[in-house]
Amino acid sequence: MSLYSESLATAFALIMSADADLFEIIALSVRVSLTALLVSCAIGLPLGAFLAIRHFALRPVVIGMFNSLMGIPPVVVGLIVYLHLSRSGPLGWMGLLYTPTAMVAAQVILITPIVTALSCQIIEDLYAGYKDLFAALVVPARKALLACILDARYSLLTVILAGFGRAVSEVGAVIIVGGNIDHLTRVMTTSIALETSKGNLALALALGFILLAMALMVNLAAQWVKSAARKRAYV
Amino acid sequence: MSESGKNALLPVRVDTLQMGRNGRALLDRLSCEIDSPGITVIMGPNGAGKSLFLRCLHGLEKANSGKVTFGGTLLDEDVRKRQSLVFQTPVLLRRTVAQNLAFAGGMHGPCDTQMIDEMLSLVGLLDLRHQPAPRLSGGEKQRLAVARALITRPGLLLLDEACANLDPASVHQIESIITTAAASGTKIILVTHDTGQAKRLASDVLFLNKGRLCEHTRAADFFSRPASDEARIYLGGMLLL
Repeated sequence: MSLYSESLATAFALIMSADADLFEIIALSVRVSLTALLVSCAIGLPLGAFLAIRHFALRPVVIGMFNSLMGIPPVVVGLIVYLHLSRSGPLGWMGLLYTPTAMVAAQVILITPIVTALSCQIIEDLYAGYKDLFAALVVPARKALLACILDARYSLLTVILAGFGRAVSEVGAVIIVGGNIDHLTRVMTTSIALETSKGNLALALALGFILLAMALMVNLAAQWVKSAARKRAYV
Repeated sequence: MSESGKNALLPVRVDTLQMGRNGRALLDRLSCEIDSPGITVIMGPNGAGKSLFLRCLHGLEKANSGKVTFGGTLLDEDVRKRQSLVFQTPVLLRRTVAQNLAFAGGMHGPCDTQMIDEMLSLVGLLDLRHQPAPRLSGGEKQRLAVARALITRPGLLLLDEACANLDPASVHQIESIITTAAASGTKIILVTHDTGQAKRLASDVLFLNKGRLCEHTRAADFFSRPASDEARIYLGGMLLL
């Protein structure tokens, strides 16, 4: 019990003292995760909507592939990105290995299938109700796609949250491609892994609590937005 | 509407429209010509093919054979853009009342706030313009669906049992909107089970049974002297099996 109370006290002290290193780690974690989320949403939301409303021969295969990729092990993604970005890899000339950009790339590969597959399911359900209306109004495919994304916005918020959760809590891929370099690629999860391996459990737990608090705040904000939407019968 | 005031989508010519599934004829060599302005009512028992016929007229269903022309033009995307269809169960976007109209209104042409307000005023929903559409009552939803269909200024408005399951006050409001639209030159084709509504609105009646057109006559003639046995049985309140 003392370990927990000690960790809480450490976390509180770190935050209250505005520890520069801690805030640097938090800021990088948020920056990398949000950038990856933004890129994933830019790819995954339209792609999910497209798969939901357009029927083509290989559609079930493509949807099945994205569903399977939702469970891809992060270390495998880390290894694949590492192989591509290492000096001898095809993209080695870009010099991106052990940079935040490499971490973003790995997270994009991890999150995009989640955003795509889940948004496809949500928009498919919505589109089943809208299909006849869009056909009756002779709505062009692009406008139908945008309308579906817009009208499913509150449900898609959960998808975006799931993506953010996956990104911010991910450690396997970012530690391989980021290298956990202090003041450069050290994020909260890799710090927790490092501090645990060093036996500095109090600091590791403190970082864990901060990570949990962040996830809780984001979830609460999303719940508040969704309940406001529910009052308007938009979900 | 054409510049001369004549509805460019008239006459609607249906030529031996045939549609079947699993060896069963859903539309059986259906032919007719609708050339009168005003309100044409399609009647018939359940499974007669009324809604299917309406969907074929709007191009939502493709017939196995036969053709439909509007003012001499085969049904294409341009013709479809000049039609509107209202479903039995209104499908509304998860947006406000005004945004629902703006979506449809802006689809094939300009649509400003004034147009939206005028249309909402016509259907008695102006006070609810900022309300979420899914929160409206059944009657209000259907009035919004009719308004959404009319804001595109269609030459032909198709209504598929648009007043089913509504209370008399809501039916009255929707019928007023339909008659106003018909008076302003929009051709209306309405599917209904309600004989009373058909008597109130119809200028001519198409009576369908088992995918076959039994008769197409002026409303007054249809209700006083139905020509087909099926229509006589139906109007007599007997079961048409």
